[in-house]
Amino acid sequence: MDTSQGNPMMDDGLTLQRTKDGGPRIDCRNIKVFYGQAEAIHDVSMSFPDRAVTALIGPSGCGKSTFLRCLNRMNDTIENCRVEGKILMDGEDINDADVDPVLLRSRVGMVFQKPNPFPKSIYDNIAYGPRIHGLANGREDLDAIVEKSLRRAGLWDEVKDRLSAPGTGLSGGQQQRLCIARAIAVQPEVILMDEPCSALDPIATARIEELIDELRNRYCIVIVTHSMQQAARVSQRTAFFHLGNLVEMGDTGQIFTNPREKRTEDYITGRFG
Amino acid sequence: MTDTARNPDSKAKAMKRLKKRRAADGRFRFYGLSAILTALGALAVLVITIGSQALSAATYHVVNYDITLDPAVIAPEGAGRPEDIGRNVEGFYGLVRDNLLETFPEAAEDRASRREVADFVTRLAVLPTAQMVAKQPELVGTRITLTAPLNDDLDLYLKGQGVRERKLDVGAIASIKGEAEGGYRVTGAGAFDAVVAAMAVAAADLPADAPEPSVLLTAGPSTGRLTEISAGSAHLELLTGKIRDFARLQSKARLIVALESERTISDQQIAWTLALKDMDRIDRVPRTTLLTNSDSTYPELAGGLAAIVGSLLTMLITALVAMPIGILAAVYLEEFAPKNRVTEFIEVNINNLAAVPSIVFGLLGAALYINFLGMPRSAPLVGGLVLALMTFPVVIIASRAALKAVPPSVRSGALAVGASQMQTVFHHVVPLAAPGILTGAILGMARALGESAPLLLIGMVAFVGDVPRSPTDESTVMPVLIFSWSNNAERAWEPLTSAMIIVLLAFLLLMNGLVVFLRRKYERRW
Ligand SMILES: Nc1ncnc2c1ncn2[C@@H]1O[C@H](COP(=O)(O)OP(=O)(O)O)[C@@H](O)[C@H]1O
Ligand SMILES: [Mg+2]
Repeated sequence: MDTSQGNPMMDDGLTLQRTKDGGPRIDCRNIKVFYGQAEAIHDVSMSFPDRAVTALIGPSGCGKSTFLRCLNRMNDTIENCRVEGKILMDGEDINDADVDPVLLRSRVGMVFQKPNPFPKSIYDNIAYGPRIHGLANGREDLDAIVEKSLRRAGLWDEVKDRLSAPGTGLSGGQQQRLCIARAIAVQPEVILMDEPCSALDPIATARIEELIDELRNRYCIVIVTHSMQQAARVSQRTAFFHLGNLVEMGDTGQIFTNPREKRTEDYITGRFG
Repeated sequence: MTDTARNPDSKAKAMKRLKKRRAADGRFRFYGLSAILTALGALAVLVITIGSQALSAATYHVVNYDITLDPAVIAPEGAGRPEDIGRNVEGFYGLVRDNLLETFPEAAEDRASRREVADFVTRLAVLPTAQMVAKQPELVGTRITLTAPLNDDLDLYLKGQGVRERKLDVGAIASIKGEAEGGYRVTGAGAFDAVVAAMAVAAADLPADAPEPSVLLTAGPSTGRLTEISAGSAHLELLTGKIRDFARLQSKARLIVALESERTISDQQIAWTLALKDMDRIDRVPRTTLLTNSDSTYPELAGGLAAIVGSLLTMLITALVAMPIGILAAVYLEEFAPKNRVTEFIEVNINNLAAVPSIVFGLLGAALYINFLGMPRSAPLVGGLVLALMTFPVVIIASRAALKAVPPSVRSGALAVGASQMQTVFHHVVPLAAPGILTGAILGMARALGESAPLLLIGMVAFVGDVPRSPTDESTVMPVLIFSWSNNAERAWEPLTSAMIIVLLAFLLLMNGLVVFLRRKYERRW
């Protein structure tokens, strides 16, 4: 594309493409998001590599969640929200008319700020997705999926004796890991996390961060966080948003040690936020 | 603190503010408490007045008649089949009347007395016995005890609620002279002192030219009327029984101030009732017929079964129509419909519909269902449809509130694992909202159950003697039955109406209890 040629951010994506095999999993071009008349995201282009964690940071209200929701078309469910631009996932535009948002969401899982397990048993929380997508052939298969997902989310040992207990009875950190397991169970390629630790205590947070690090080997992970320490700890790539603009994007080390933009530096040194 | 230390004046001000605030708190508590107490008081008065009335209708008096089922009367030539026996009200009633005439030979003397004794029992009261004999024809020819309710006015009299009387002690009676035709002269030193005194008191309240009130003298099964009463002697006219009872047994006098011509029961009937009671032939029993009989023009036979069944059939139709339509409409409006002018307009109109007076729905029902669609009048089908019209806006509003209360995080959670909108709603949102939806629906139904005005307009107020068997049969419902009964003139209907109100309240309590139960059982936290 002509416009992307002169865009320094796209260059970043291209560099990345050269270093990682398989190229960027998701490639966003000129994304604009409107709530009614108000433009919440201004012409953002960026890409997300596979098997890596990308952190979106920025002050509250800068559009991180809004941007994240573009990636699994959750913005479709918000009244008067409109998305413009191209989002290519493995080369296919997810906003195409013939892409079913429901199928897309089974490929792009999401974990929310507040743990929101279904008010059902732990087992059913995990099994629900595979059931509606027909991923399991019979009960044994489903049991296996549940176990595998819970193991991957590091929750298996804690809940294996009470799978029929309600998911809402777990602690906050366990609930959040349950939600991660629920997302994993439908075999997604991408996992979006919107401030997954903001409602958790430090120990539970550390546990989730460890988990994210483990999951990085299998998935393309995008995490929104307001904690710069967290971004530094778990992510390989970091994007800094401000007032709906993507200010800077690069390798996490570079963003935190040697930001190119003044605004990024101000933010990570705590001068505003 | 440092402020107050520096400025002693401001400490005093702070104390003053604190005092004021505490006074305001106290006042508010007082207002709240008095509001609650007023409401509770009103409720208590309602329950006590209706309950005490109803309590008197909870039991009634029945009379036992030992009769021989004479085949010639019960199953005469050519009418001996069981169904003929079951219909032979005249025959059974004749046996009962003969039994009464046998007990009270003086009643046979003239037509008026015969009619008075026949008033004891309503013709139709023998029907259950006739039907029982029809089922067991081997009883024909044997001697059985037929039990039939006592006439409602006499029933009230025995309960002390109809004709008021004062019971008075009578001293020893020394002599009785005279004969049946001209009456007797009863004397005894100071025997009637109490009676004379009571009559003087009663006379003081009456106009000067008022006729003498009735004074009855009872000894065992025998009763007579006293006239020309003085302290030591009186004239006794025997109404029933034997004159020698007055010499033998302790007598009691009854002063009945209400004039005989202004009462529904005569001195003679009172005398017979007292005699039957003395013979232990009258029992006070629970009035189960209130729930097992259908409506009747005789209060002692009337019951609410037809109305209860009518109410249930009507509610069934209402539930079948209003609940699915209301709930599905609510789900659609809340979860699927786009928010635009049209849905806003619909929403406003549903709220308006819920505020429309119920009688308007009755008019609409009469015009639409009966006149236009030609459905049967007075039928639970039409009643149920009318009440459904009235109920479903309530169901929609309650269901939408319940759906709104489901946190959006549940929806986004389901959507994020790739559930479709439909799956999200029906797998997650509706089950969570179900207790609230059901609560709203049942409360709407409870309101419909207590509704009478719209049903009057579609003819469900007609007298219905038979239990409806299908939603298209002629029928009435409990609130309308209460309305009809309360319009009846006879006094006996009053406690009966209260009893029916209690039955209706019991049904409403049952439904509200169901709501509480469903809430407790299925309400889940998330
Ligand atoms: N549903 C919505 N309707 C209208 N405006 C919204 C909505 N959600 C977010 N916004 C606006 O979009 C901007 C970005 O919000 P958001 O993406 O939630 O920011 P962040 O997640 O970075 O805190 C904010 O100005 C917010 O007010
Ligand atoms: Mg956010």
